[in-house]
Amino acid sequence: MRKFRWSHIYLTIVFLLLYLPIFYLIFYSFNTGTTMNQFTGFSLAHYQALFADSRLLIIVLNTFLLAFLSALIATMIGVLGAIGIYYNKKRWLKNTLLSFNNVLLVSPDVIIGASFLIFFTMIGSWFRSFHLGFISVLLSHCAFSVPIVVLMVLPKLQEMKDSMVDAARDLGANSWQVMKDIILPFLTPGIIAGYFMAFTYSLDDFAVTFFVTGNGFTTMSVEIYSRARQGIDLEINALSTLVFLFSLFLVIGYYFISKENRSKRLRKNRLKRKKADLT
Amino acid sequence: MTKTRKFYTFPYFVWLLLFVIAPVALIIYQSFFDMQGAFTLENYQTYFTSGKYLIMTLNSIWYAFLITLFTLLISYPTAYFLTKLKYKDLWLLLIILPTWINLLLKAYAFIGIFSIDGSVNHFLEFFGLGPTQLLFTDASFLVVATYIEIPFMIMPIYNALEEIDPSLVSASRDLGANSYQAFRRVIFPLSLSGVKSGVQAVFIPSLSLFMLTRLIGGNRVITLGTAIEQHFLITQNWGMGATIGVILIFAMFIVMLLTQEKKGRRIKK
Repeated sequence: MRKFRWSHIYLTIVFLLLYLPIFYLIFYSFNTGTTMNQFTGFSLAHYQALFADSRLLIIVLNTFLLAFLSALIATMIGVLGAIGIYYNKKRWLKNTLLSFNNVLLVSPDVIIGASFLIFFTMIGSWFRSFHLGFISVLLSHCAFSVPIVVLMVLPKLQEMKDSMVDAARDLGANSWQVMKDIILPFLTPGIIAGYFMAFTYSLDDFAVTFFVTGNGFTTMSVEIYSRARQGIDLEINALSTLVFLFSLFLVIGYYFISKENRSKRLRKNRLKRKKADLT
Repeated sequence: MTKTRKFYTFPYFVWLLLFVIAPVALIIYQSFFDMQGAFTLENYQTYFTSGKYLIMTLNSIWYAFLITLFTLLISYPTAYFLTKLKYKDLWLLLIILPTWINLLLKAYAFIGIFSIDGSVNHFLEFFGLGPTQLLFTDASFLVVATYIEIPFMIMPIYNALEEIDPSLVSASRDLGANSYQAFRRVIFPLSLSGVKSGVQAVFIPSLSLFMLTRLIGGNRVITLGTAIEQHFLITQNWGMGATIGVILIFAMFIVMLLTQEKKGRRIKK
């Protein structure tokens, strides 16, 4: 125990530093004053201001709606894509698809944002009714969430035994039934994890949204950016407290989902080992 | 059967074409046009001949290098000590949690912490160092960027360390290595794959953190990302912005090549 004391001190410092700014924000959200410099007393005034600020509340709702929808669409495309990649017979094609899949994951946000801006402007020049706004932001969020979903679902597909699909086919299932009754149920944990990730990526995104948002539509990140450029506004602190609590719930939810996945995998490995021992 | 499969994957291929291939092609295409929309190679010429852009690129790479170095120095021991903990899953989760908080909110917090009447200055004043201008300096930009990137470095290193077969370490100890030697000869080389992916995950975004340079760096630090944002959204010189974008994509490829895993060298479990 004594041996690890220094490491524990080090870890404590790192954890403190990681959480300090977040708790700093939360702490000052209860300040009676209007700055983050001096704590003059406890009040919920900034929360009241937040809940009275209908413009900000609409932006928050929009952000969540955007995250919900984009994650949903991205999950559908991503799951189909993962199945497409997995069942691709040609090895080189599989690898090519996988590297294309990862392009958006490794590209800097600015590049994604700028290239989507060119893309949407071009579409806008073809179709007069298309403007930068909710639709362009939604499409970009779907676009950068798809590869995340693919990466969350692929390992599950690799875990699946092909014999199950073969058995279902032998028993007379058509491809739709195989998909609905065998493949999709098996993939569910990966799909849920992918949806979660896509949801949080969308909530978090600033750089891409900033490029494709146009004039009419904003998300929370973009709004915080424009307010932060003007200085401290403790309403933002109140908002960040609520966002932090929400993230906490999401993380806990995600933790239990991934834990369930892991324990299943562990159990399976243990079973395999047992079988190997028996034979 | 193949027909239905093609039907399933159709949306995915549309996505690949519209949002992966087309945007990259468009950014390259755009880089050959000037502000009037005429075809030109001038953007590349301006980039490579004007000292302004080259110095900015070098600066940007230098800052990204510093950020990566600092995060690595902080993260490696953290990841290493984490693997030694009880309930390490839970602790790792606590490391990941701050990454789920919106980036802008974290940057915003530092505006309060570093401002002229902020906490750090109060602290400095206590030691008689007086209030100093902390916000809008290069140092504050480096601190905040490092802060933001730390979890992205810890995670891959932690995973690589976790993958190391403990029997390798015990074997080295049995063969007479002390803990330092075991670390240097066994643990560290085996964790390099994690370090590489961590460097990849930190260096490339560090080249393009434009909101931090605006909020914290006060436009004193201009990274490639800031320049692209400036050209696209402020001066509307898309051609030049796209040219810098192409340079950034190149930088990305170089980093990926340098940090690529060499196949076959990894020890199979």
